Amino acid sequence: MLSSGLTLIFSMMGVLNFAHASFYMLGAYVAYSLAKLLGFWPALLVAPLLVGLVGAAFERLALRRVHKFGHVPELLITFGLSYVLLELVQLIWGRTAVPFAPPAALQGPAFSIVQHPVEGLSLVLGGAPASVCAAALCSNFPLTRLFMMGVALLMLLGLWLLLTRTRIGLVIQAALTHPEMVEALGHNVPRVFMLVFGSGCALAALAGVIGGITFVTEPTMAALIGSIIFVVIVVGGVGSLAGAFVGSILIGLLQTLPLTVDGSLASLFKLGPETFGYPILKLTLAQVAPILPYLLMVLILIFRPKGLLGTRDE
Amino acid sequence: MNSRMGAHNTHYHFKPHNVGRWLVWGLFAIALLVAPLIWTSSLSQTMLSQMGIGIIACLAYNMLLGQGGMLSFGHAVYSGLGAFLAIHTLNQVSAGALALPVSLVPLVGGLAGLGFAALFGYVSTKKAGTPFAMITLGIGELIWSMSLMLPEFFGGEGGISGNRVVGKPLLGISFGPQIQVYYLIALYCFVCTAAMFALTRTPLGRMLNAVRDNPERVEFIGYDTQWVRYLAFMLSGFFAGIAGGLGAINTEIVTAEVVGAARSGAYLLFTFLGGATFFFGPIIGAVLMVIAGVLLSELTKAWLLYLGLIFLFMVAYAPGGIASLIMMNLRVVAFGKLGRIWTAYLALGGSALTLLGGAGAMIEMLYHLQLNEALGPQLNFMGTTINAHGVDAWLGSALVLLVGAAMFELARRQFKREWDLTQEEIEKEIKRREALG
Repeated sequence: MLSSGLTLIFSMMGVLNFAHASFYMLGAYVAYSLAKLLGFWPALLVAPLLVGLVGAAFERLALRRVHKFGHVPELLITFGLSYVLLELVQLIWGRTAVPFAPPAALQGPAFSIVQHPVEGLSLVLGGAPASVCAAALCSNFPLTRLFMMGVALLMLLGLWLLLTRTRIGLVIQAALTHPEMVEALGHNVPRVFMLVFGSGCALAALAGVIGGITFVTEPTMAALIGSIIFVVIVVGGVGSLAGAFVGSILIGLLQTLPLTVDGSLASLFKLGPETFGYPILKLTLAQVAPILPYLLMVLILIFRPKGLLGTRDE
Repeated sequence: MNSRMGAHNTHYHFKPHNVGRWLVWGLFAIALLVAPLIWTSSLSQTMLSQMGIGIIACLAYNMLLGQGGMLSFGHAVYSGLGAFLAIHTLNQVSAGALALPVSLVPLVGGLAGLGFAALFGYVSTKKAGTPFAMITLGIGELIWSMSLMLPEFFGGEGGISGNRVVGKPLLGISFGPQIQVYYLIALYCFVCTAAMFALTRTPLGRMLNAVRDNPERVEFIGYDTQWVRYLAFMLSGFFAGIAGGLGAINTEIVTAEVVGAARSGAYLLFTFLGGATFFFGPIIGAVLMVIAGVLLSELTKAWLLYLGLIFLFMVAYAPGGIASLIMMNLRVVAFGKLGRIWTAYLALGGSALTLLGGAGAMIEMLYHLQLNEALGPQLNFMGTTINAHGVDAWLGSALVLLVGAAMFELARRQFKREWDLTQEEIEKEIKRREALG
């Protein structure tokens, strides 16, 4: 979800936005403040708009200035921005997590999987009653996660329709590949860039609002998610919305599934501590899980640099 | 002139001693030698040692960024792994399993950096530009996650500690006192700096610049750009590893932080601030890195914010860093035009100070409210006490900020006019001299 905003900016403008995760964080914090004033639902709408404006202003004031120097200064300036945004957020909202709770309508479980020793697996919509859970193992699936999935799907669908089916999408796509031509046809290319960057930031902020209520709203949330979205983009394929979708699902699975496997190479081959390299071999798959996405990214970059569904090979 | 003589191929080869260069290197050596005698406190000796290490690390980093146009987000991997292998070697020496003088331990770090750079560089340097940045970022994260997984090698949370005082002292040098470690670092620093400078004069260094500026053309004349990048990457890893090994000897403890993204970010930030386009830029950057890390962070809580803002402005307005600013102004001085623009400089500086004063007061007040609420609303800002709860303090600093901003904008426009004019005149003057010569 977050990556769809980044892929919009990255693929469309060729700008690798290092501060993308910072905009995500900013979205969560702005929404937190707005939710206290306006309530959650208006904040869900207004916060991304505000952050989008900030992003557009940044593009207008700083990014456009270095655009002509090439990619490295662009990367550098967004890198600097991520520092500044992190400090500003800590300055305004403090260094500890803020209590950003989901609204009443999104609290509680969406459905529960009840694992009953006698009746087997069953699914209960809403929260399972305590009487059932007393006898069986209940795992709740929170409503916020369902909401997150719903919004992410809607967002991807909307983006895809916007980019492929409308006039605006056509202009955007054309402006990115043949800026001079589009300029000659009478469109304002710098403004298109500004809008694209702004909407990318707004999407990041929307993701941030939902991420903020689902997880914790704290200053490290940008650093936690920052590098993984690059992995998603690279794995899925630079410049492809479908790739971002596939990539995020793949990375999500790769991060969570190994956690359930408690085996290691050492236990697989029945090796003892005297074997060479035992400390590495004895690591369980669950312990290795955090590096798997990066490993996958490096492998992808070696063997298929344009990503799984990518079209652009730089 | 030259081309005409070259065509005949009968000209005499005359190579005078480059006095300027001997002078600069001599001054550099003297500065390294004398610095700890001027600043003798233990804090300044620690800082000087860190600066020496930082200079090697930033120069190694700049070999990629400045010379090769490769933006790496994971350079701490090579200095960090070098540091780890160096400290393990040191522990082996202490245990008596290995007979190696302590003064050569940094070389072990360098070789480790070289080895890891050879391993990872093969992947990273397949691409240039943005993909390169992303791969280095990925590898950086990979090593960072690994450092938490392998406590046997990385020492987990506590890190790995060692003892640099091993073996019999040779000529009274035991590396116990900080000053002896400093001189070891200074020696390495000088040799590495000279080696890296010499490298920029070799065909490889020149090819690296060519790969940075125009890879297609380099391919076209028959060089393999990937191979040039790979070689530069390995050499950079070697010097970064030496810096890491020196760091391990200096602090006698290595924690997983040294491979972290924050360290890589610091290398990038300060190399750029110092100036990636000039060879000596990273040296300025490294000195700033230590000063900012030690002194500025003592002075104000908001130092990272200031640093980020400075960085943003540098990227936007002076992409050559401090080194290029110095060189530009030296050129103005050399052509005797400083008298023309110094009033504009004064106006610029004065208004900038006003602007910064207002902004700084507001930022400090915010930080104070955020962090030191319990200590009461009074805070000390530039020698005066202000009340962070007082409306007048906020209004006052806002006023200062606005006035400063307005004045700065006016001064900036005037300065830009005069600066551009001066530069134009200098260009003309250079053209005229060329025509005469």
